[in-house]
Amino acid sequence: MRIIFLIIGLFAATIASAQETIVSELSQDGVSITATFDGSEIFLFGAIKRDAPINLSAGKLDVIIEVSGPPTETLVRQKERKVIIWVNAESVEMERAPSYYSIAATGPIEELLTEAERSLRNLGLDYAVRVADPANEAYREAVIRIHQDNGTYATEVTPVTLTEETLFTTKLAMPVNVVEGDYTVKTMLVRDQQVISTSTSTITVRKTGAEKWLYDLAHEQAFIYGLLSLAVALLAGWTASEIFRRIRG
Amino acid sequence: MQIYLPIAEMSVNIFLLIGLGGLVGILSGMFGVGGGFLMTPLLFFIGIPPAVAVATEANQIVASSFSGVLAHVKKKTVDFKMGTVLLLGGLLGAAVGVQVFKYLKEIGQVDLLITLSYVVFLGMIGSLMFIESLGAIRRSKKKAPPKKIKRHNWIHGLPFKMRFRTSNLYISAIPPFIVGALVGVLAAIMGVGGGFIMVPAMIYVLGMPTKVVIGTSLFQIIFVTAFTTMMHATQNYTVDAVLALLLLIGGVVGAQIGTRIGVKMKAEQLRILLAIMVLGVCLKLGLDLVLTPSELFSIGLGGH
Repeated sequence: MRIIFLIIGLFAATIASAQETIVSELSQDGVSITATFDGSEIFLFGAIKRDAPINLSAGKLDVIIEVSGPPTETLVRQKERKVIIWVNAESVEMERAPSYYSIAATGPIEELLTEAERSLRNLGLDYAVRVADPANEAYREAVIRIHQDNGTYATEVTPVTLTEETLFTTKLAMPVNVVEGDYTVKTMLVRDQQVISTSTSTITVRKTGAEKWLYDLAHEQAFIYGLLSLAVALLAGWTASEIFRRIRG
Repeated sequence: MQIYLPIAEMSVNIFLLIGLGGLVGILSGMFGVGGGFLMTPLLFFIGIPPAVAVATEANQIVASSFSGVLAHVKKKTVDFKMGTVLLLGGLLGAAVGVQVFKYLKEIGQVDLLITLSYVVFLGMIGSLMFIESLGAIRRSKKKAPPKKIKRHNWIHGLPFKMRFRTSNLYISAIPPFIVGALVGVLAAIMGVGGGFIMVPAMIYVLGMPTKVVIGTSLFQIIFVTAFTTMMHATQNYTVDAVLALLLLIGGVVGAQIGTRIGVKMKAEQLRILLAIMVLGVCLKLGLDLVLTPSELFSIGLGGH
C-alpha cells in the first residue's frame, strides 16, 4: 500500500516538475570596460512558466542564480620566513577557481539544496573552488579569502525576490576588478531540495574603446606600443620645458 | 573620478595619480633628483602591481629627463662622449636587468627582488646623505674648508684611455662603462633613472667637473630608460601608458613649483629632509619584508 502511494506521489511530482520551467532575462548581456569603468549592475528578471494553475499542495518554490567568471590565474603561492624576511616559497595549482563567483537566491543555499545536489552542480564556494589534494586545503581557503577581500567572490548571498511563486528579480553587481571573458549565469528553479529546471545565459565582459585599443596594442604590437609610449613621454617632456621656458622668459 | 588603467587592469582615482605625480614632482624640483626612487615605492603603496610600477616609471623618467636635458644642451653642459660611454654600459646593464626581471617574474620572486633592491639602495643612499649633510652643517658652523677631491687614483692605471674634452679628463673607458652598466641594471629592476647613484659616482669615482655631471647623467638616463621601457613593453607587457601620462601631468607642474621652493631653502636643510624621507620609505619597505604579512598567500603573478 505504502509503495503504491509512493509511486503515485513520485508520478505526481514528475508531472509537476515537467510543468514548471524557468525563464530568465538579463538587463544587459555585456559589460564594457571603458576608461571610466567603475563596476556595473545588471538586473536579472524571470518567470516560472506553467502549463497548469499553480499546484498549491506542492512544496515551496525557490530560485538560485549562480554567476561564475572565467577561470584565470590558478597558481597560489605561500610566503615563508627565510632567515628574517618573508619570501614566496611553496606554490599549488588549483584544480578549479573561477575569477568571479556570486550566488543570488531566495534563501541560504545550504537549506535550499542537499549537499549531494550542490556537489553535483559545483554550487557554492565549497564546490566551485577546488584543489586536487585535500592536504592543500589552506591554499583553497586562501584563494576564497583573497577573492572575497578583492570583492570578486561574494561573501553573502544576494537576495532574490520571488512574487506569487511566478516572477522573480535580482540585481547582479559586477565589481570594478572583473576580468575579461564570458560569465556564466545559471538560473535554477528549486523545489523540495531538488533543481527542477535551469536556464543558462552569458554575460560578456570586454574592454572597449581606448582601453581595448591600448590593451590589444600592448600585447599584440608591443614594439609599436613601446614606441608610442616613448613618443608621448618625449612630447610631454618637450612641451613642459617649452611652456615653462616661456613663462620664465 | 575613477579611471581604469588598461595594463595595470585596475581602477584608480585620477586625482590621486595626478596628486602623487605633483608631490613627487615638487620633491624632485626641490632636491634636484629624478624622483623615480620615491615614485615607484609610492605606486606600490597605492596597490599598483610592482612589475607595472617599475616599467611605467621608466617611461615617465624618459619624459622628465628629456625635459631637463634640453636646458643643459643649450648651456653646453653635456659631455656627449662621456655620456655615450655611460650609455653603452647602461644599455648592457638594462638588457641584463630586464632578463633577470623576466625570469624572477616567472618564478614569482620579482616583488621580492624589487623591494629588496629598494631597501638596500634607499638605506645606503639615505644614510650616506644624512651623515654627509650633518657633517656639512657642522662644517658650515666651523667655517672649515671642504675636503678636496683626489684627482689621481687607481682609475688612472686602467687601459683603453680616452680623452673627454668637455669634462677635461683623460681616463680609461672601463670605469664609466661599469658605472653606466650598474645604473642600467637598477633602471630595469627598480624603475629609477639612477641619477642618485650615477651623479656621486661621476664626481667621486670618475672625477668629472660638477657643472657637466647633471646634464651628462640626464643624457644617459633618457636613453637607458627609453631602452628599458621598450624592453619591458615587449617582454613583460607591463608599461601602462595611461598611468605614465597621468603621473607626468602632475610631475611636470610639481617640478616647477618645487624648484621655486628649493631656491628659498638652504642646501643642507634640503638634503637632511630628503635623507629623512628616503630613510622613511626604506623603513616602510623593510618592515613589510620583515613583519609577518597579514596575508601569507598570493594568487600567482603571470606564472604562465
